[in-house]
Amino acid sequence: MTPTRAIEPWIEGPLVQFVTEAGARLTLIMTPAGQVLAQHGFTRAVDVMSAAALGAAIVSSTREIASTIGEEAFTALNHQGIHHGIFLAEMTTPRGPLLALVVYGSESSVGLVQLFYEDLVRELFAACPEVEQRKPVIAADFERDLNKSLASLFGR
Amino acid sequence: MSERFRQALDGITRVRGVRGALLVTDDDGLVIADSVMEDVRGGAVAALAASLATRMGKAAIGARIGESHFLHLQAESGALLVMPAPNGVLVVVLAERNVNVGLARLEMLRAVEVVK
Repeated sequence: MTPTRAIEPWIEGPLVQFVTEAGARLTLIMTPAGQVLAQHGFTRAVDVMSAAALGAAIVSSTREIASTIGEEAFTALNHQGIHHGIFLAEMTTPRGPLLALVVYGSESSVGLVQLFYEDLVRELFAACPEVEQRKPVIAADFERDLNKSLASLFGR
Repeated sequence: MSERFRQALDGITRVRGVRGALLVTDDDGLVIADSVMEDVRGGAVAALAASLATRMGKAAIGARIGESHFLHLQAESGALLVMPAPNGVLVVVLAERNVNVGLARLEMLRAVEVVK
């Protein structure tokens, strides 16, 4: 079984429980900017980076559509394929908004994913530690931090 | 909720001991229409019942006993009844332990006729 890995340890427990109960094949927890905080099921770093960037872009696009039609936000989005479905949703935590990208197969359903996603949101909110003062991002540190994050996500 | 679906569910919820009736999509586990008591989490019942029905259906086919027509899960303090209808719809009933299952099943069959 593909392990679940998290850069922020408080995410790992709730995420493991979610993927087990919902039967999710792939899951990413990330910031709205596409910075991955935890992943389950991915085996290649390049896939994680692509999925995170695309997921963040989709949420950003739908937020603009929501704004155009006078809706505050779309909280969740589901794409249903023949063999897989994608569920993308935004949640609020004490550290700010986070996104969840979930890929599920025919052994699960959007109903199950939605059901256990509600639990995930509750548990992440409860597990989230106190807000830290964020350090400014320095260009020189960016690549080092990115590589460190990817190493954590893939256990290298 | 459409009048047709309301009628389908009303017949079931009139049976003594029934705490809720739902029409659910079998592949997504989403609620199409429901009539449930306030303390019943309709979305949760729908998602889990659809998952259960799908797996039981596969088990029935695997055991070579044909397609599943009716699922009756008797639990400590209640019962879950599921009946597949055509077009990928499930009729799901949550009931108390002492419900008259035969009567509930009859109303579920009527609901299937209404939704098909």
